[in-house]
Amino acid sequence: MPMLEVRDVHAYYGNIHALKGISLNVEKGEIVTLIGANGAGKTTTLRTISGLLKPRQGKVFLEGEDLARYKAHELVYKGMAMVPEGRGVFSKLTVAENLDMGAYHRTDKDGIQEDLERVFSLFPRLKERRNQVAGTLSGGEQQMLATARALMARPTLLLMDEPSMGLAPILVEGIFDTIQEINKEGTTILLVEQNAHMALQVAHRGYVLQTGEIVLADTADKLRENPVVQKAYLGIE
Amino acid sequence: MAVQETDWRSYLRVGMIAGLIAVSVSLIGMVETFNGRAIIGEYLSLGNLLLYGAIFGGGFVAARQHKGSTASCLAGGLLLGAISGVMLNLLVLAGTPRVAGGDPFLRQYLLNVNNNLLAILLSGLPQPSGSLALLGISSLMGMLGAAIDRVTPRFRRPLLVSLGVVLLVGLLSEVVILAWGVRGLGLLVRRLLFARKGLSLPGAVVLFLIVFALHLAWTAFSPKLKAWTARAPERRRKQLYRGKAAIGIIFLLFLPFFLRTYLTEVVDNVGLYVLMGLGLNIVVGYAGLLDLGYVAFFAIGAYTMGVLTSQADLGIAQMSFWSALPFSVMAAVLAGIILGVPVLRMRGDYLAIVTLGFGEIIRILVLSDALAPFIGGAQGILKIPKAQIGDFRFVTPESLYYLILIGCLIAVFLTWRLRDSRLGRQWMAMREDEDVAEAMGINLVSTKLLAFGIGAAFSGLSGAIFATKLSSIFPHSFNLLISINVLCLIIVGGMGSIPGVVVGALVLVGLPELLREFAEYRLLMYGALLIVMMIARPEGFWPSAVRRRELRGDEEPIPEPSSAAAGD
Ligand SMILES: Nc1ncnc2c1ncn2[C@@H]1O[C@H](COP(=O)(O)OP(=O)(O)O)[C@@H](O)[C@H]1O
Ligand SMILES: [Mg+2]
Repeated sequence: MPMLEVRDVHAYYGNIHALKGISLNVEKGEIVTLIGANGAGKTTTLRTISGLLKPRQGKVFLEGEDLARYKAHELVYKGMAMVPEGRGVFSKLTVAENLDMGAYHRTDKDGIQEDLERVFSLFPRLKERRNQVAGTLSGGEQQMLATARALMARPTLLLMDEPSMGLAPILVEGIFDTIQEINKEGTTILLVEQNAHMALQVAHRGYVLQTGEIVLADTADKLRENPVVQKAYLGIE
Repeated sequence: MAVQETDWRSYLRVGMIAGLIAVSVSLIGMVETFNGRAIIGEYLSLGNLLLYGAIFGGGFVAARQHKGSTASCLAGGLLLGAISGVMLNLLVLAGTPRVAGGDPFLRQYLLNVNNNLLAILLSGLPQPSGSLALLGISSLMGMLGAAIDRVTPRFRRPLLVSLGVVLLVGLLSEVVILAWGVRGLGLLVRRLLFARKGLSLPGAVVLFLIVFALHLAWTAFSPKLKAWTARAPERRRKQLYRGKAAIGIIFLLFLPFFLRTYLTEVVDNVGLYVLMGLGLNIVVGYAGLLDLGYVAFFAIGAYTMGVLTSQADLGIAQMSFWSALPFSVMAAVLAGIILGVPVLRMRGDYLAIVTLGFGEIIRILVLSDALAPFIGGAQGILKIPKAQIGDFRFVTPESLYYLILIGCLIAVFLTWRLRDSRLGRQWMAMREDEDVAEAMGINLVSTKLLAFGIGAAFSGLSGAIFATKLSSIFPHSFNLLISINVLCLIIVGGMGSIPGVVVGALVLVGLPELLREFAEYRLLMYGALLIVMMIARPEGFWPSAVRRRELRGDEEPIPEPSSAAAGD
């Protein structure tokens, strides 16, 4: 049974048909990437999975359980956490308060403390800046914070929406290294990216999304070799 | 030099703006109305303050941007004041009759340009010395304003504070004398410091020097005190904190004896607004839901109290205040939730419009003929009994003060506990980003409804006390202006700040009640105050920690991490 299964999902914004029958699955322990151009529907797919947007047709399953009957805020209890697009940190709260919010639904103080140590060892910069207001962090630091905050929920499935967006190339490398590290520690990851080059390097498998439809699905290595992907997403003629 | 030139230009510009403000307040009649309120005997009235305040402030602002020498800065201030003075003189010229008894052109259209105004502008002197005096005073004010900026920082604050205290005491002298100056020691102090109206000139000087000295002493002493408390052990610091709280409570308990009846009455009204402010602070300040119809809950609390307790025909249960109180609060909470449900999906401006409509609907309902058989329509509800414990009835302002004080203390305590609770964090996260908050596991529906409900509860409590305080309620007491008042007071005080609500209520409700002249210009003053606040101090008079760092990017001293910060 896959950890996450999206089955023939159609989603709309009013009359705009944003997702036209998406199906994908993510196995336990994998990094799966969903690549596509701007406006292809990547964010919409994540919003649908995390319950912020209800699909008009189709279903989403988490470990075999239909998610239709859960509200968005209940899914974190099911082990799902999201790193939203554009980072979405609580800009007026401090780093520490942001992390605290990430563990909002948890009551195990010791476990929270443990995870805090863990994210601080993963992102030592955040430890230095724990009392700084998140809005005044640099772009890279905000991305770290958003990721760290999601990890504070101790998720089994992590959804990441374009973590490399707007970051300098060196920082991008760092972020993808971290993604692999998080995955190695046992978190399954669905990674949405426009930066196909980096995404396909860290992911095991990938899907290509085009105007609301999945046009390609394969292992990351095969996708990298695929001429269509090379031409459209990797900039190789 | 090019730099110098630009500097002069900024003095010119500010001078013209200040002159324009001075001319405008004269034209709308504010100067004349406010002139009746003496601050320092016959030397300084509120009208003068209004007239020259802009020039003084302008001098300060312009000097602040100016980097040149002190002499050039003072000259700039002089120039700035002179420009304003010339503009005021032009007004005088345009308003002076050419032939005795003839009406100049201006007077036909601008009623406020009359002999009284001219007398104020010309300091009661005949021409041309009057005009010269006007020019002189304006120039002097501009220069003094500029000079304030060049005073060494150590003295600037004490200087401004003592100036402010003198003006405030002078302004409120009537009230001060009424409350304390009638006999005994108070009478003595009154003879020493006060004139027939306002402070006497020597009195003002003495008061200024006393406050100045005290402030200086305090600035010298307070760092030592701070260092001492910082060094003190945790237990001692807690004791100190408790001691301060105890002194505060004792002070509040004895306040009415100190304030006497009239001022206590004013404080009662302030207290009712504090209650409402605390409630709206939860809705707007914590949860970020802009509610413009907040008066609705105040009205519902008051009307529920009225209907349940009234001894007149409209009363349905003739309950006592205490047994009706829970119903009043519950009715408000229910209304809050009923309003909350349809607006769950709305944000920002849309929410503001809908809540505005809700407030109007409630006001029109209580005014309507259809509901008149139940709640009295325009006639309102009469014969609402006073609260009673045993044989003691809460009739006098002093006794009502304690009722309101208890309400406020409960509300402050609840707000304070809520702010640091899980729910408080839910509100804060929701205010920042609803989607992310939801993804963190926050239930937006219950979080929003709790904000509306709790906010409404405080307002309902305030309304219930309001009803028993007045013994009768009428629809016109529940208009949009109340919602605006409450919103303004939390903005001015500092959004999301508990002491800010109290400060805001004192400034926006207390002061206008003490200065009757304000009534006519209330909205104008609110507008001016809000604009000045947004420019000079957008975080409010007493901002919350979060708000302060958000607007100032405050570099709070980062305490060395002892253990991890998350968790409690
Ligand atoms: N809130 C919205 N309202 C209407 N249309 C939207 C909204 N959000 C996204 N869309 C549309 O849905 C499509 C997919 O958007 P999105 O999922 O954000 O793309 P991506 O994340 O791949 O860049 C786009 O055509 C976009 O214009
Ligand atoms: Mg997107």
